[in-house]
Amino acid sequence: MDSVRSERPGAGQRIPMALKILIAGGFGVGKTTLVGAVSEIRPLQTEEVLSSAGEDTDDVSGVEAKTTTTVAMDFGRITINEDLQVYLFGTPGQDRFWFLWDELAFGALGAVVLADTRRLADCFPSVDYFETRRTPFVVGVNCFDGKQLHSPASVRNALDLDPDVPVVLCDARDRQSGKDLLIALVEHVAKRRVVAA
Amino acid sequence: MAADTPGHDWLDMDAGPVVRPYTVTGGRVRPATGFDLVAFVVAAPLDRVDLAPLQPEHRAIIEVAQRPVAVAELAARVDLALGVVRVLLGDLLGAGLVVSYEPQPAAALPNYDILQAVVNGLRAL
Repeated sequence: MDSVRSERPGAGQRIPMALKILIAGGFGVGKTTLVGAVSEIRPLQTEEVLSSAGEDTDDVSGVEAKTTTTVAMDFGRITINEDLQVYLFGTPGQDRFWFLWDELAFGALGAVVLADTRRLADCFPSVDYFETRRTPFVVGVNCFDGKQLHSPASVRNALDLDPDVPVVLCDARDRQSGKDLLIALVEHVAKRRVVAA
Repeated sequence: MAADTPGHDWLDMDAGPVVRPYTVTGGRVRPATGFDLVAFVVAAPLDRVDLAPLQPEHRAIIEVAQRPVAVAELAARVDLALGVVRVLLGDLLGAGLVVSYEPQPAAALPNYDILQAVVNGLRAL
């Protein structure tokens, strides 16, 4: 294809549309495992540096005295077609990184909340967060070692979910199972859109 | 700082083995506007960029962004913290060396056809 020589970087290159899906849940529930199971690339990590620096600080004074912490976010990618990509972001597990969630959730298509029935309370904060933000989500009940300790209905009750929120049994290590979770989420989003329209 | 200052006070055990992340930005921490995690950036073609005045980190970004790349992926591939990459991208944007394509705002989220394409794409994987 002939492209017109232009001074504008990227002119003539196709820019895909990227959809963002969050993978949330308590610490150690299998978020990174799920990202790895469905991503076409080895899960990548991006780090955000947390510091107490003021937003307007523009010089180096004081920087060397600050304590910085880094928080890693795992993510993966699924190419749907040449114009459409899905990015999966695992949310940081620790509560003190809540503020990062806002950036992650901004413009997100929806979220998968992974639940471990042995520690169901661990996913309460995620459920609260997405309900408050009105971000569509599905709950994936991760069946470790094939053990299903509770039925989807009892999980739904325990989490006090709205009746339309899908609850899906899954195995975070399994690619097909992970795909099914994502499909359930996207269909849920589509359904909400139709209802809202 | 003078290179021959005896006993660099700051270079002790607590300083750690690595360069502090924001050293490459000259201490600038102000987040550049935009550069969403899934914004795509594209750099000017390498053969049309004068790399000489740029920092190695700027060059690394330009090299990776020869093809459209999402900001999060760019940060991972140049192995720099997200905030650092955003500051550097702001420099490059200002210099006209990269273009950024922000994702559509939440209000304009994909229509039903796109969602259906995602479902079909996931099924076909």
